[in-house]
Amino acid sequence: MPSDYLWLIPLVPFAGFLINGTIGRRFPRALVSAVALLCTAIPAILVAWLWITMKAPGAPEILQIVSQPWIQITGLTINFAFTVDHLTLIMLGVVTGVGFLIHIYSVGYMAHEEGYWRFFAYLNLFMFFMLVLVLADSFLLLFVGWEGVGLASYLLVGFYFQKDSAANAGKKAFLFNRVGDFGFLLAMFLIVREFGSLDFSHVFNAISVNPEWHGGVLTAIALLLVLGATGKSAQIPLYVWLPDAMEGPTPVSALIHAATMVTAGIYMVARCHTLFDRSPYALAVVAIIGAATAILAASIGMVQHDIKRVLAYSTVSQLGYMFLACGVGAYTAGIFHLLTHAFFKALLFLSAGSVIHALSGEQDMRKMGGLRKRIPITFWTMTMGVFAISGIPPWAGFFSKDEILYQAFAAGSLGKFVWLIGLVTAGMTSFYMFRLWFKTFFGPEHFDEQVDLHDHGAAVHAHSGGHAVMVADPEEDHAPHHAHGVHESPAIMTLPLAILALLSVIGGWVGVPAAMFGHNEIEHFLEPVFSTGATEAVTASANQGLVLGLAAASLLVVALGFYIAYVFYYKKPRSAAALAAKAPALYRLVENKFYIDQIYTAVIVTPLLMFTRLILGGLIDGGIISGSGVAAGATASGLGALVRKVQSGNIRSYAGWLALGAAAVLVVMVFGRAIWPH
Amino acid sequence: MVPTSAYLILAAVLFSIGVAAFLIKRNLITIFMSIELMLNAVNLTFVAFAHMWPQVSGQIFVFFVMVVAAAEAAVGLAIIIAIFRTRETLNVDSIDLMKS
Repeated sequence: MPSDYLWLIPLVPFAGFLINGTIGRRFPRALVSAVALLCTAIPAILVAWLWITMKAPGAPEILQIVSQPWIQITGLTINFAFTVDHLTLIMLGVVTGVGFLIHIYSVGYMAHEEGYWRFFAYLNLFMFFMLVLVLADSFLLLFVGWEGVGLASYLLVGFYFQKDSAANAGKKAFLFNRVGDFGFLLAMFLIVREFGSLDFSHVFNAISVNPEWHGGVLTAIALLLVLGATGKSAQIPLYVWLPDAMEGPTPVSALIHAATMVTAGIYMVARCHTLFDRSPYALAVVAIIGAATAILAASIGMVQHDIKRVLAYSTVSQLGYMFLACGVGAYTAGIFHLLTHAFFKALLFLSAGSVIHALSGEQDMRKMGGLRKRIPITFWTMTMGVFAISGIPPWAGFFSKDEILYQAFAAGSLGKFVWLIGLVTAGMTSFYMFRLWFKTFFGPEHFDEQVDLHDHGAAVHAHSGGHAVMVADPEEDHAPHHAHGVHESPAIMTLPLAILALLSVIGGWVGVPAAMFGHNEIEHFLEPVFSTGATEAVTASANQGLVLGLAAASLLVVALGFYIAYVFYYKKPRSAAALAAKAPALYRLVENKFYIDQIYTAVIVTPLLMFTRLILGGLIDGGIISGSGVAAGATASGLGALVRKVQSGNIRSYAGWLALGAAAVLVVMVFGRAIWPH
Repeated sequence: MVPTSAYLILAAVLFSIGVAAFLIKRNLITIFMSIELMLNAVNLTFVAFAHMWPQVSGQIFVFFVMVVAAAEAAVGLAIIIAIFRTRETLNVDSIDLMKS
C-alpha cells in the first residue's frame, strides 16, 4: 500500500536538503543536481502511485498514517499524522509535479551561479515543508509546514544576499508573513479552547454534528485564519511582500511565489471549508478581500515595467480570484483555478526567466522587444501561458476563471458584485498580459547587444550581485552561444517549458462544465471533500444559457483587453505614453502602486521605529537597563574611592584609628553601662 | 595603704602618654620607646590587680610580657638600624613604603 510509504514523500526531499546542505559544497555541480532531482523525482513518483491507487474504483477516499503522540498534555494530544484525501492529492500533484519541472529548469538557469549547492538545498527544504503542509492532518502540523515554507521563502528570496535589496526583500517577506502567522496562532489557541483538539477530523466532525453552531466564535476563528491566509497568499492587506520577493532567482518566483507556497492560504481555507461554511460573515470577508486584491493588483500590474513584477502582481491578482471563489463557497472552483494557475503561472515565470537569461539579466520590458524571432521556443511557450492566463478557450485559464465567475454570479447579491469586479479584472488581466507579450516579443528591438558581450557566463542573470567568479561547467553545451548575445535557452530549460505549456493548454479540460458538453471531472473528484459543506455548489441546477452567456461576457472583456493592448503596444506604440501623459496624476498613482508601501512605512514602520529607538532603545534600554548598571558601578567605585582614603599606608594614621576605636570601645564600656544598666 | 585605684590611674596616665607619643612623635626610636611605655603601663595594672586579689598569676603574666618585650626590642632595634642604614633617616613620615 502506498500509505506505508506516505512518510517518505516529505522525508526524501528533506534528505536531499541534508545532503546538499551539509556536504554539497564539495560536490561537483552535476552531483548536486543529481541529488536534488532524485529527491524530488521520488516523491513525484510516489504521488503518481498514490494517485493511481486512490483513483481506482472502491479505493478509500482518505488515507491516513498516525505516529506516536507528538505533544501530550492534559486534555490535548497531537500526533504526527498525515492524511491524504482528494484535495491533498491535487496539491501533492501540483507541488511534486510542478516542483520537479522547476528543479529541472533550475539546473539550466542556475548553471553559472555561485552557491549552486545552497540553492538546491533550499529548494529541497522548501519541498519538504510544502509537502508537510499539504499532508498535515492537524492545524499544528500544517502550521509547521506553513512556517517552514516561510523560512525557505526567506532564504531563497534573499539568495543573492550580498545585494541589499534582496536581503531586505527576504526580511520583508518574512515579517509580513509573521503578521499573518500571528492570526493563525491565535486561531489555533481558540480552536484548542473550543474543541480541545487540533486534528482536522476531530474539529470538523464536531462542527458537522452540531448543525446549530453558527457565527460567534467560529467567525472569530475563521477571521483569524483569514488573516493567516492573507499573509501567506499575499492578499490585502499583507500582499506587498510578494512583488518584492521577485528579488529571488526566477525559478524560485515560479515555484514558491506563483505555483505552490502562495496558494497555501487558499488550500487552508478550502481545507477548513466546514468551518467557513458556518460563518457567512467570514466568507463575505474572504470574497471581498479576494475581489479587492484581484482588481487592485491587476491595476498595478498594468503599468509596471519589470517583467517579473508584472507577473508578481498578476499572481497576487489571480490569488485574489481564488480567494473570491472560496468566499462565495465555490471551493472546487478555487482549487481548480489553483491547479491551472500553478501550470500557467509557473510557465510564465519560467519563460520570463528564459527571456531574462537570453538578455543576460535584463528585466525591464522597455529594453526588450522583437524577441519573437530570437528566442522562438520561449516565445511560443510564453504565448501558451499568456493565452491561458488571459482566459482564451480552450486554454486552461478560461475554464477555471469562468467557473469562478459563474459560481460568483450564482451566489447572491454580494456574489453579483464580486462577479462584476472579477469580470473587470479579467479584462485588465488580458490587457496587462498582452501588453507584456507585445512589449517583449514584438516591435522594434530595444535591447543592447553589447551588454552581454562582456561578463556573461559569470553570474549575471537576475542581477546576481557582486560575485563574478566563473566556475567551469562540464555540461556547458550552450557556452558557445553566449558570444552571440541574445540566445535561446538550453534544452534543459526549454523542456520543462514545453511540458508546462502543454499542461497550460490541456490542464483546464478536467473541469469543462456540463453546459459546455464536458464532464467537470475535478468537481466529481473533489466531491468527497467538499460535499459536506452547507453551501451546496450550484452546478447541479446549472443553467446552460447562463453559463454560456457569462462565458461570452468574459470572452468579450478579454477580447477588449487584448484589443487595447494591441493598439497601445503594437499598432501605435506611442499612444500609451500619450494617454498616460493626459492623466499624469492617476498614472503616477498607479505606477507607484497606490503608494501603499509608503503608507505602510509612514503609518506602521516609522512610528514603530521611532518607538523602538526612542522609548525602547533610548529610555528603557539606554536609560533604565543600562543606566542601572552604570549607577551600580558608579556607587561601588564612589564608595571605594571614599574608603580608599583610609588606607593611606601611613602607620601612624592606622595607629590613630586604632586608638580612636579603642577609646570608643572604652567609652561605651564605661558610660554605656550607666545608660543601659543590666 | 595606697588604694588600687591609684595604681590604675597611674597606669592609665602612663598608657595615655605612650599612645600620645606613639601618635605624635616622628622619630622611630621615640615611637619604639612609647610602645615600651604602654607595655609597662599594662604591666603595672597586672601587678596592681594581682596585689588586690591575692593571686600570683598576674605577676607571672608580667614576666611573660617582659620577655616578649625584650625579644621585640631586640628585633625592633635591629629593624631600626637596618632602616637607618638604607635610608639614613628615622623620620616615620618619610618611611611610608606601605602605600604602593
